[in-house]
Amino acid sequence: MVTNARKGELLAVRRWTGVNPVSLIGLAVVALLIVWLAVNLEKTPADFFQAFLIGITRGSLYALIALGYTLVYGILELINFAHGDLFMLGGMIAMTLIGSDLFGLHAGDSALHVWPAILAVLGITMIGCGLINVTVERIAYRPLRGAPRLVPLITAIAASFILQNIGIATKGSDYVTLNSGGGRSGAADFLPQGNVFTFGKNGYYAWADLIVLLITAPVLIGLVWLVQRTKQGKAMRATAQDREAAAMMGIDVNRTISFTFLIAGSLAGAAGLVYAMYFTSVRFDQGFQLGLFAFTAAVLGGIGNLPGAVLGGLTIGIVEAFNNTLSWHSPGGDWKQSIVFAILIMILVFRPEGLLGERTPEGG
Amino acid sequence: MSEPLYPGAQFREKFRDSWRIWRHRWAVLGFVGITEERFHSWPLPGQRAFIAGVIGALLLVVLTPLSGFDVSALGAYLIFVGLYVPSWKRLGRFGKFVIPLAFLALVAGYPEYGFNNDGTGKLFTIPILGAFPNVHTAVVMLIFVMMAVGLNVVVGYAGLLDLGYVAFYAIGAYTAAVLASTQFAGQNAQGGPTRFFNLGGVGIDKTLGGIHISVWLLLIVAGLLTALLGMLIGLPTLRLRGDYLAIVTLGFGEILPQIARNGDNFFNTGLNLTNGPQGVTSMDGIGFGSWIHRNVSILPANYLSASNPDELYFWTAICLVLITIFCSLRLRDSKLGRAWIAIREDETAAAAMGVPLMRTKTLAYAIGAFFGGVAGAYFAEVNTGAQPDAFAFQFSVAVLVMVILGGVGNVWGVLVGAAFLAYLDQQGLADTGAWLNQHLNITIDVPKYEYGIFGVFLLVVMLFRPHGLIPEARHKLEFEEGVADEPLYDVTQ
Repeated sequence: MVTNARKGELLAVRRWTGVNPVSLIGLAVVALLIVWLAVNLEKTPADFFQAFLIGITRGSLYALIALGYTLVYGILELINFAHGDLFMLGGMIAMTLIGSDLFGLHAGDSALHVWPAILAVLGITMIGCGLINVTVERIAYRPLRGAPRLVPLITAIAASFILQNIGIATKGSDYVTLNSGGGRSGAADFLPQGNVFTFGKNGYYAWADLIVLLITAPVLIGLVWLVQRTKQGKAMRATAQDREAAAMMGIDVNRTISFTFLIAGSLAGAAGLVYAMYFTSVRFDQGFQLGLFAFTAAVLGGIGNLPGAVLGGLTIGIVEAFNNTLSWHSPGGDWKQSIVFAILIMILVFRPEGLLGERTPEGG
Repeated sequence: MSEPLYPGAQFREKFRDSWRIWRHRWAVLGFVGITEERFHSWPLPGQRAFIAGVIGALLLVVLTPLSGFDVSALGAYLIFVGLYVPSWKRLGRFGKFVIPLAFLALVAGYPEYGFNNDGTGKLFTIPILGAFPNVHTAVVMLIFVMMAVGLNVVVGYAGLLDLGYVAFYAIGAYTAAVLASTQFAGQNAQGGPTRFFNLGGVGIDKTLGGIHISVWLLLIVAGLLTALLGMLIGLPTLRLRGDYLAIVTLGFGEILPQIARNGDNFFNTGLNLTNGPQGVTSMDGIGFGSWIHRNVSILPANYLSASNPDELYFWTAICLVLITIFCSLRLRDSKLGRAWIAIREDETAAAAMGVPLMRTKTLAYAIGAFFGGVAGAYFAEVNTGAQPDAFAFQFSVAVLVMVILGGVGNVWGVLVGAAFLAYLDQQGLADTGAWLNQHLNITIDVPKYEYGIFGVFLLVVMLFRPHGLIPEARHKLEFEEGVADEPLYDVTQ
């Protein structure tokens, strides 16, 4: 470990004194990006602002999912590929509950009916997804503690496929949908359809966008409180830092890891509900793709770092919205995946520790 | 014996203990007067003959009620006995070639003895799995074997997890499809083609234009181009270790299909490289040309216009697979191969012993990519085109499951795993599903759950037998005794 620390120092020195051609390329890319954004802001300020607002909404959704990746990575150093699919299952559970006789949300229901029902659905979905995640950990990851690191990565892919097929088995291979209200945001019909405010020629900020924030923000704050202020959170942080030492201090490591998976899973469940209400359709294979976006967000912010995941999620959401909306030389929605994965690759190559993270041994 | 480092091993011990029939085999055999000591005092062929006899009796008991025991099943059993019982390896200088050559002959002759003239199968039905693969399925199986053996170089030999192998396959397929079709024909004012270029293509209609390069040449060109791109992808990313590298390869595997899908009009420049979502269709046939065909009539002029294209594709695929396996085995035993294994086991120690990490890893990546590219080009030829929808993440994982199921690092295991899973993919799952639905009175669309089933395979193999069904001895040891998994910091050579 001593050698690692010394090498880290050497690296830091090289980073500040010598000119590294690799980082020059990285800086050039960032400079081009800024120029592109500035020109777009100057040409179409209303579009720019609109894209920014959409980006915040999407980004907060990505942040919720990214936190699940980051929590698990922080404690097990495992990329939980199944997380995206768990999010998809969360969406399906939420849709089933919303359409069920018990809650039965429809257009025109009064706010006194809608909001308690949404909260109840949120609670059930979070608990359900949390329990699924704990089961996945118990079956696919726990027996493999101490195995070479690529082995649980492979079982994570297996778990991802199995969850997708649970989705197919229960809901079929087509889109599962809620009724869209026909508002501009396309959100579910039982939500308020109007705009909070409008601007410019076409600019708007819909109630649905605000509702996404209203659900995600308390969940995020609750999570930060849990990790930073409670005893269980302390146990999680201790286990993440050094599993053996934590065990010696009397922390039940297995239980703490299970708890982490419970929390991560319930975040995926919350994201599933939000996604279901905002986009009103979920298909079995969408979770994996969105999960990869969220994973990119987690890496961008510095994997293992909770504020980093939120920052990364917002950044990816905004980048995606800019790419889809802006008119001047933007690649457009067809290239969405390529843009996000290019960001992922560039982050891993140029700055593997992410925006807020610490340098990990995986980075060169 | 110390407790194995690998926790799944404990599961396996438990599992073995609960398998009671096998544990009491000698007690059962004792009733017919065969004790363990007596059995082992027989000469080896005698022991094997006894085992073969037991297998035959079991087959008779299992096969007869399920699907009948016909002449072809008897023939297959007799061939098995003939190869298994005598000690062929001790039979003179060439004895060791008997089994491989017989096996090769069995595979190569498959389209001849396996099918009637009208294409229906002549062989017996395998219980539950259904009929033997038809020739087209067999071609796909061979292509997957090729890809899996290529991926095995990266994952098995060098220990680098590649989750984006489909990218190489896609590059290979598109290179071949674009350079041997009417894709670049262009269009003049009369609607005719503006470009025509022919280098050894067969069966070309000159009026349609386009670039037509001999597909034989393109197999190599696609491989080389893919290897080059593999190197370009590898150089910046191979410094990363383990799971980060896996993620980067996954990213490339997601980007390249999107380039294929959007490549009909690159950023509104009008450049049509890949023909977008429709993909490149009507690729040229593969063949030896009419001049060679006139002189050596056994070599067909053009596979597409021949009377038995599937069989020709099959035999060509066998040649490609043989070349791939030969290269793979020779590489494994070369200096480079030993360097790969050293890196896989302990990167720090390998670097300390003077193994150039970056060069060795990049070469593993490039060679794996080469085989992927050739397989992709040949697959495009068999499908007469390349479509972007074929290049999904699932595809990369399917090839990875083939490698892992068969036995990471062991070419023969990978061969069996790839052939079996490709057969399931093409035919076996549908047949099995039909059998299950018929006999259990259910209606489940089994092929729909293909990747779920692959996922279960992957999970079960990783939990109970992480070194695969036919493991490589060295890899097995690594799993049981552990490897130096601590990443090496900042080694950039």
